[in-house]
Amino acid sequence: MRTSRAERTTTYVVLVLAAMLALYPIGLILVKAVQPDAIGAASGVDLGNFAEAWDQGEFGSYLRTSVIVTACVVVGATLLSSLAGYAFGTMRFRGSTALFYLLLLGLMVPSEAVVIPLYFQLRSVGLLDTYTALVLPQIAQSLAFGTFWMRAYFRSTSREVVEAARLDGAGHLRIFWSILLPMGRPAVTTMMVLFFMWTWNEFLLPLVVIPSGDLLTAPLGLALFQGQYTAGTSLLAAGAVMVAFPVVVFYLFAQRHFIRGMVDGATKG
Amino acid sequence: MTSHASSAAADASIPPRTDRRQAGASGEPPAAPRRPGRRTGGAPGEPGLIAYAYVAPALVVFALFLLAPLVYAVQLSFYEWDGLGLGTWVGLDNYVAVFTDPELRAPFGHALVLVVFFSLLPVTFGMLLAALMTRTRVRGAGFFRTVLFLPQVVALTVVAVVWRQIYAPTGPLNDALRLVGLDGFARGWLGDRDWVLVAIGLVGTWVGTGLCTVLFLAGLSKVGRELYESSRLDGAGFWAELRFISLPSLRGELAVALTLTMVAALRTFDLVYVMTGGGPGNASRVPSYEVYDRAIQEGDVGTGITVALVLTVVILAATWLVNRIADDREAA
Repeated sequence: MRTSRAERTTTYVVLVLAAMLALYPIGLILVKAVQPDAIGAASGVDLGNFAEAWDQGEFGSYLRTSVIVTACVVVGATLLSSLAGYAFGTMRFRGSTALFYLLLLGLMVPSEAVVIPLYFQLRSVGLLDTYTALVLPQIAQSLAFGTFWMRAYFRSTSREVVEAARLDGAGHLRIFWSILLPMGRPAVTTMMVLFFMWTWNEFLLPLVVIPSGDLLTAPLGLALFQGQYTAGTSLLAAGAVMVAFPVVVFYLFAQRHFIRGMVDGATKG
Repeated sequence: MTSHASSAAADASIPPRTDRRQAGASGEPPAAPRRPGRRTGGAPGEPGLIAYAYVAPALVVFALFLLAPLVYAVQLSFYEWDGLGLGTWVGLDNYVAVFTDPELRAPFGHALVLVVFFSLLPVTFGMLLAALMTRTRVRGAGFFRTVLFLPQVVALTVVAVVWRQIYAPTGPLNDALRLVGLDGFARGWLGDRDWVLVAIGLVGTWVGTGLCTVLFLAGLSKVGRELYESSRLDGAGFWAELRFISLPSLRGELAVALTLTMVAALRTFDLVYVMTGGGPGNASRVPSYEVYDRAIQEGDVGTGITVALVLTVVILAATWLVNRIADDREAA
C-alpha cells in the first residue's frame, strides 16, 4: 500500500521514538551494571559487579532456587494440563462440563485472594519455607490456563489419526503420549514458554510462603537486596540484570511463542 | 543480532496465518462419519471412567492449592483474627469496614488512578502504533514488535528497580528536566504525595503499551487488505481509516486489551512493594499491598482477606463489564 513520503517519515519517527522509550530503561540498567561504583574509578566495562552480586548478594543461591522452582512448575503444570486437556478435549464423561468450569475459575480468581489463606494453611501443616510451598500453588495457578489451552488443542486434533491408532491396538495412554502430544509440539511449547515466564517473574507467592527468607527466588532476592544496599547501585543493577537475563534471552529466541501465546491465549480466553 | 533480526522479520508474516489455522481447526473436527456411540471418543465398550484418571492429578492439585484456600478466604473474611490465637466471629463487619473506612477505601481509589495509566494510555498508544504500522508498510516491523513487547517479559521487580533509579532525585529524569530548564519540575518523584501515583502509573504505561500494540497488530492483520485499498482510493487519511476501519474491526482485541491491562492495574503489587512500599505516607497504597500488609505484616487477617475478596469481585465485575460492552456493540 502506498502512503505519502511525509506520512512514512512520521511513521518511522514515531516508531523509532517508541522503540527508544521501550529500550532506554533496559539499556540504563545494563550500563549501570558494568560500571564501577566508586567515584573517580576508571570508567569502562567492568564485569566484576556480576561476580560480586553473585557471591556477596547471594544471587547465585536465588537463581538456583528460581531454576529449580521454575523447572518443577513448568514440567508439572505442563504434564497435568496436558493430561486433563486430553480428557476434556477427546472424551465425554459425566460432569466434564462442570469440572471444566471449576478449573476455569482459576483463570478469574486473582492470586491475592488465595495467597494469604494459603500461608496459614501451609503454616498449619509445616510447609512454609519449602519447595512444595513454592511449586504446588504455582502449578495450581497455572492449571486453569494450561487445561484450557490443551483442551483447545486436543479438540482440534484429527479423529482419523486416533481411530487409526486405535485399530492398531493403541490405548489411550499411548495415543496421548506417543501420538497426539508430539503432534501438538507448537501448542505445548507456547504454553511452556508462558509457564516459564510467569513462574520466573512471580513475586507475591514466594514473598508470602517463604517468610524466613531461606529459599528466596531471584525477583525476591532482588527486592531484598534493594532494601539492604541502597548505596551500591551498580551491584543492584548487576543483580537486576541477572534476574531479567534468562527470560529476556529466552524471549529473544522464542519471541514467536511468547507473543503468540499472549495473543492467542488472550483471545481464546 | 543479525540472526535475531532476520528471524523477527521472517516471523512477522507468521502469526495471522497460524492464528487463523488454529482458530479454524479448534471448532469442529473434519467431517468424519459420526456413528452414534462413537462420539464419546472411547473405544466401544471402554468405560468412560478412564477420563477421571487423566483429570484427577490436575484436579487434586487445583483443589488443594487453589480452591481450598479460596474457600478458607471466604471463611476468614467473617472473622477478626490476628493469625495466632482464636478468631472472633464478626459477621459482615469486615465488609462494612472496606466500604466505610477511608483508610481501606483509599487504596481502591489509587487503583482507579492506575487504571488510567496502566490501561487507557497503553490501549490508546497501542492503537496508534498498530494503526501506523498497518497503514504504512514498515520495514523491520518484526524488530519494532519485538522491542516494543520486551518490557512485558521483564520481571516487574526488575522494572521497579530500574524505574526507581530513573525517578531518583539525582536520576536521569530530573537531570533531563534541569537540562531543558524545567528545574521547577525536578523532584523526588516517588517521595512526592501528589506525583507518586503518576510516577508508578507511567511505569505501567511503559509495560503495557507493547502488549496492546501486538494485540492490535494481530487483529488488524485479519482485516482485508482490499478494505484499506478501497478506502485509500476514496482518499481516506490516517484518522479516517483509524476511525472507520481499524477501530470497528478491533472490538474483540480492544476488549481483551482493556481486560488484561485493567486487571494488571487493579492487581499492582510488585511495583508498589519495591518502588514505594505504599508511601509516602499512604499515598501509593493499592489494594494488593493493603492485603499483604494487613494480613501478613500487621496481623489483621480478616480485614486483609476481605480486601482481597472485594478486589476479586471488582476484577470480575470490571472484566464482565468490558466484555459485555464489547458484545453488545458487536450484536448491534
